[in-house]
Amino acid sequence: MRVSGKAVKYGDNINTDVIIPSKYLTSLDPSDWAMHAMEGIDPDFPRKAKEGVIIAAGRNFGCGSSREQAPQALKHAGVKCILAESFARIFYRNAINIGLPVLESPGITARINEGDMLSINLDDGKIVNESSGEVIFASRLPEFILEIIKNGGLIEHLIKIMGERRE
Amino acid sequence: MTISEKILAHAAGLDHVKPGDIVDAKVDMAMANDITGPLAIKMFKRIGLKKVWDNKRIVLVLDHQVPADSAKSAELHKIMREFAREQGIELLYDVGDGGVCHQVMIEGGHVKPGDLIIGADSHTCTYGALGAFATGVGSTDMAAVFATGKLWLRVPQTIKINVTGGFQELVGPKDLILHIIGKIGADGAIYKAIEFTGPTIRGMSISGRLTLCNMVVETGAKNGIIEPDEKAIEYVRNRADKPFKIFKSDEDADYERTINFNVDSLEPMVACPHSVDNVKPVKDVEGVEIDQAFLGSCTNGRLEDLEAAARILRGKRIKRGVRMIVTPASTQVYLEALKRGLIEIFIRAGACVSNPTCGACFGGHMGLLAPGEVCISSSNRNFVGRMGSPEAMIYLASPATVAASAVEGKITDPRRFLEGSA
Repeated sequence: MRVSGKAVKYGDNINTDVIIPSKYLTSLDPSDWAMHAMEGIDPDFPRKAKEGVIIAAGRNFGCGSSREQAPQALKHAGVKCILAESFARIFYRNAINIGLPVLESPGITARINEGDMLSINLDDGKIVNESSGEVIFASRLPEFILEIIKNGGLIEHLIKIMGERRE
Repeated sequence: MTISEKILAHAAGLDHVKPGDIVDAKVDMAMANDITGPLAIKMFKRIGLKKVWDNKRIVLVLDHQVPADSAKSAELHKIMREFAREQGIELLYDVGDGGVCHQVMIEGGHVKPGDLIIGADSHTCTYGALGAFATGVGSTDMAAVFATGKLWLRVPQTIKINVTGGFQELVGPKDLILHIIGKIGADGAIYKAIEFTGPTIRGMSISGRLTLCNMVVETGAKNGIIEPDEKAIEYVRNRADKPFKIFKSDEDADYERTINFNVDSLEPMVACPHSVDNVKPVKDVEGVEIDQAFLGSCTNGRLEDLEAAARILRGKRIKRGVRMIVTPASTQVYLEALKRGLIEIFIRAGACVSNPTCGACFGGHMGLLAPGEVCISSSNRNFVGRMGSPEAMIYLASPATVAASAVEGKITDPRRFLEGSA
C-alpha cells in the first residue's frame, strides 16, 4: 500500500487541543472537524491539506486527550499519512483505528523540508523523498496493524473478520 | 513480573507476559463520557451488532458539557441516554447524578484492584491509584470493547518512581507530580507504565495518590499504578460489592529504570504556559498577575483539594478584579463540602461555585478565558487554547497555590499564608 503527498512540518509535542480545539467536538460530522484542523497552531492548514499532504513531525505527536476527532480532523482535511519521531499512544491507536497511516520515523524532521514531495510504502516503511532523492526507513508496522489500515480502520476490519467467521 | 504485567497477563489468560508482547485482554470495566461516548456509539452501530458484550460492565458518564451548554451538546447527551436505555446499561450517570467521570468511577466502586479498566478519556490512568491497570483509548477502540469486551494492548515497560521524605506544609501530591513531569518531560514515559513506590506514597491519602496517577499521561505514560495496600483495599471495600484480586510486583521484577525523588525540600511547583513539563518553583514566577483562578477537575477537585483551598480562603476575599471558579469533582464531593462549610467559605470569599463538570478544564464552558488573560488552575493541561482563547495563558498548580494566588491577584506561594492561618 502506497501513499504520497507534499510534506507539512511541525515540531515536538503537537497536542490534540491544537489539532482540534474542544469547542468543535459537539459536532459528529468529520467535515466540521476538518475545517478546523490544526487551528491552534496553523489556521491555514485546511487549505494546505486539501491537495493531500503528509505530516512530518517531531516527538510525541498527538499528546493530550483521547479525542479521536483529532486524527479524524486530519484525515478528512486531506492528510494521507503522519510521520513522526514518536507518537502519543492514544493518538497512535486512534489514527490506526480510523485508517490513517502513522509511521514512527526516527530522524525524520532533520531529513525532510516543508513542501518536499514524499512517497511512502506502508508495507516496508520505505519513504522516498522525491525532492531530495533521499531514502529513509520508518519503523515497520506490525502485520495486524497494517491489516487494520488496509481494511480502512478497525470497524471495517471487525465487520470483515466477523463476516469471514460467519462464512 | 511487575504489577502491571501481572494484571495484563491475568486479563489475557496467560501465565506470563513481558514488555513488548501484544495481548488480547479481557476488559473488566469500560467507561465513556459525553465527548467520546456518542462517537463510540456511532462506531458500535456501524459494526452492526444488536447488543453490547456486557451491559453491567459499561459506565456512561455525562460530565464534559453538563448541564448541556448548547443544543448540540444536548443532542450528544440524548444519544448517550437512548443508548443506555436500548442496551439496558444501568450505570448511566446523568446530569445531577455523578460528576467528573473519573471521580464517579472511583466513588461508585467501579474500580477494583487487579481490574483492567479501559476508558474513553486520557485521564483514565487515574484508577491505578487503587491498584488497577487503567488506560485511555479513543472512541473506535471503545466501540470494539462495547462489541467484544476485549482490547489488544502492548505490554509496557515499567518505570519505577520511588518517593521518600515528608512534604512541607502546604506542599503536596500536585507539587510532586508537576516536579516529576518537569524532570522526565512530556514524552519521558511514552508507551510506558509508571509505578509509584516508597514510604511517601504509602503515607499518602487515596486522594493524593489519585492526583499522582491522574497526571502520568502528561508524560506520555500508558498507566500509573500503586500497589494496593490496606488503605486502598479499605477504600474499595467501602464502595465495591464484588471480590477482587490483589497483584503485587515481584521482588526481582524488571524495570526499565528507577527514579528516586525525595520531597523533604520540595517547594510549591507550577507548570508554566504552554506545556505541562515547563515546570518551575512557584517562587520563580511569583507576582505574575492573574485574571482567573480555577479549582476543580479530575486532578484536584476532591474534598481534600477543596479543604486545602478553603484553609487559605477562610475569612478572606479574593482580589478585586480576579474571578475564582470552584468546581467540585462530583455530587458526593459537593455535598460533603457543603456539610463541612467549605462552599460557604468559597462563596463568602467571592468565588463562583459551579456544578460538577469538566467545564473550564476542558475548555467547554463554565469559565473560559479571553485573549491575553492569565489563569492559575488546579487542572492538568495548559496547552494553547485549552481553556478558551489560544492567546490566554494557563499556569497549573496545587489547590493551595490556586487559592493563595486568588487572594493576592497574582501567583503566590501558599506558604506565605501559614502565619496566622491556624
